[in-house]
Amino acid sequence: MNGLKALLDSRQVWRAQAGVDSDRGEAVASGHAQLDAILPGGGWPPAAISELLSTGAGNGELALLWPVLSRMTREGRPIVLVSPPGVPYPAAWRQAGVALEQCHWLDVQGREALWATEQCLRAGCCAVVVAWLPQADSRLMRRLQVAAASGDTLAFVHRPLAKVPEASPAPLRIRLHRHAELEILKCRGGFAPARRIAFGAGA
Amino acid sequence: MRWVCLLFPRLALEGALRRRANPEAPFALIDGPAPRQCIRAANRAARDQGVKPGQARGFAEALFNAPLFKAPDAAPLSKAPNAAPDRGSRSGSSQRLETAPFDAESVERWRRRLATWAYGFSAQVSLHYPHALVFEIASSLDLLGPWPRLEARLRAELAELGFSHRLVIAHNPAAARVLVNAHDGLAVDEGGLESALATLRLERAGLGSIDADRDIVQTLKRSGFQRLGELFALPRSALARRFGAGLMRHLGELRGEWPLALDYHRPTPRFSRTFEFDRPVYAITGLTFPLKRLLQELSVFLMGQDAGVERFRLMFELEDGPAQPVEIGLVSAQRDPDTLLELTRSQLERVRLAGPVMRLTLFAPRLSAYAPIRRELLEGPARQAQAWATLHQRLVARLGEPVLKPLVEYREHRPEMAVLHGAGPRARDARAGAPRPGWLASVPQRCDDDVVQLLAGPERIESGWWDGGDIRRDYYLAQWADGRHAWVWCEPGRQGWYLHGWFG
Repeated sequence: MNGLKALLDSRQVWRAQAGVDSDRGEAVASGHAQLDAILPGGGWPPAAISELLSTGAGNGELALLWPVLSRMTREGRPIVLVSPPGVPYPAAWRQAGVALEQCHWLDVQGREALWATEQCLRAGCCAVVVAWLPQADSRLMRRLQVAAASGDTLAFVHRPLAKVPEASPAPLRIRLHRHAELEILKCRGGFAPARRIAFGAGA
Repeated sequence: MRWVCLLFPRLALEGALRRRANPEAPFALIDGPAPRQCIRAANRAARDQGVKPGQARGFAEALFNAPLFKAPDAAPLSKAPNAAPDRGSRSGSSQRLETAPFDAESVERWRRRLATWAYGFSAQVSLHYPHALVFEIASSLDLLGPWPRLEARLRAELAELGFSHRLVIAHNPAAARVLVNAHDGLAVDEGGLESALATLRLERAGLGSIDADRDIVQTLKRSGFQRLGELFALPRSALARRFGAGLMRHLGELRGEWPLALDYHRPTPRFSRTFEFDRPVYAITGLTFPLKRLLQELSVFLMGQDAGVERFRLMFELEDGPAQPVEIGLVSAQRDPDTLLELTRSQLERVRLAGPVMRLTLFAPRLSAYAPIRRELLEGPARQAQAWATLHQRLVARLGEPVLKPLVEYREHRPEMAVLHGAGPRARDARAGAPRPGWLASVPQRCDDDVVQLLAGPERIESGWWDGGDIRRDYYLAQWADGRHAWVWCEPGRQGWYLHGWFG
């Protein structure tokens, strides 16, 4: 132990955890107790992109996000969905507790969707930006990550499973399994647990 | 109340000169019916050659065509006869006298433009007096600085615009108007007004406007009066009896004893400016600079009007073919030139030019109320709202209005009608209903093989017989082969499953 301390004092060993925790703001509680217990800081990383990888719509992505979305909209802060996989069903969103008047979605595809996502992130006035960007590669993700940091905006980007092996600048990467189960692939400042975590109605 | 009077002695000429490529070349305005046209005004180069107002057009033109040794005809007219041959030899007969007809309408237009310019200094600008502009300045002095500085600024801006002028500031508009006939740069306060007026000769005192039928100046002069002060010295009753109430009223107005109601100029709530290119422009990117100039002018105009603009039109006049209009629509009123430029550029990104552009015209037919943002006061929610409005504006500018959609819940049973078409009344109360999927597919798709297991249902939705879009479906929550949860339906008594949404 003494040896480690000496190494730390002589700045030969650098503690990743410390650096990450100090320059990071307060994490945003996800609303899922099991998940919050595991995520570093106790919630979604703020001012950053969280990447959600799945086979497509219907994997419980809304059940995962609705708690944070409903909390933000009830605080009167706008959220934006960029090119969602279907038309948002207002009745369902209202039942989930989301204040619909703060909810906006952008029906754009391709390059315009990337542009719109970046604009929303940079503007710094959206509480949450959720984007479905199968076209985004790691270079574009880096750009969006910078935008999210500069706009201090919580962001979620959905990408298909084919992107799992790719490197990603997102501090948190989550793979959605079946309905209401997820696997943390990467979380900066913490250890990704090997087991799957249940969330949503079943949890 | 202090009033500035600006007199523009050569407004028509200078307005016409502004449109000419070389304002230094000999130029004259002509007036009158075709056979008897005569010179109305001439610029310096023409005057140096002996052209004078009132000359016949042919005579004036002959001054330029005549050989040098016949110039003595013109010499007596010239103020500096010694210098005349000298100039004649330099300019020679190579220079011709350019003429243009006098256009009363364009003079009026210039007067209005100058009034709009003066509106930047005062809210009370009047075009009541021909050739002159009067405006109230005392209420603006706090903002625009002490009078000497403001005077210098007025003169500098008028010189920039290219209009020679005389300027007087006095206690009331009528006095300012008559004093500018004899003075330039005079500033009189209330105490000095009477003595300044007293020295004014009668023919310069604006008395001609009192009564068109009777030449009151002649009458007064025959009675032995030369200056206004002599009239002021007389008992008023005697003056009124002999010369009528009109004169008394005029004198009263000059001395500020009689109220004078003026029609104030209200600037037109429209903006139109054109930018001409030396050579055709082929790409939108080449239009950035002229666009910036036009938008800056628009911004200055809007500032003067204390208004914003929500919608304006850009006309690209093409080298060949008809003009190409582009409507620029903004979500909220704007007037900051940088914001306008950014939004206009993003809207132009979607425009393809139909051909090379020769002229660009910006036309804003309507202005709208503008509330400037007080940045220093913005904190918390207000700042958020403003940032959101800016973002909204930017998204709509590039992507178009219908792309950014709100979520609105309608009370309608049929999912397509409620979600996609917005049929039915808006739901107001938060009713708990049957579970609905977070995503709705815009078109139901056949999916017989993918459904593994039905988890919940059926829920019968049967509606719409009255509008022809009637449906009769049993909806189920189904598990997909890869574990996802879908919203599927089948028609009772028929085969076939349709995917209609996802429970995300």
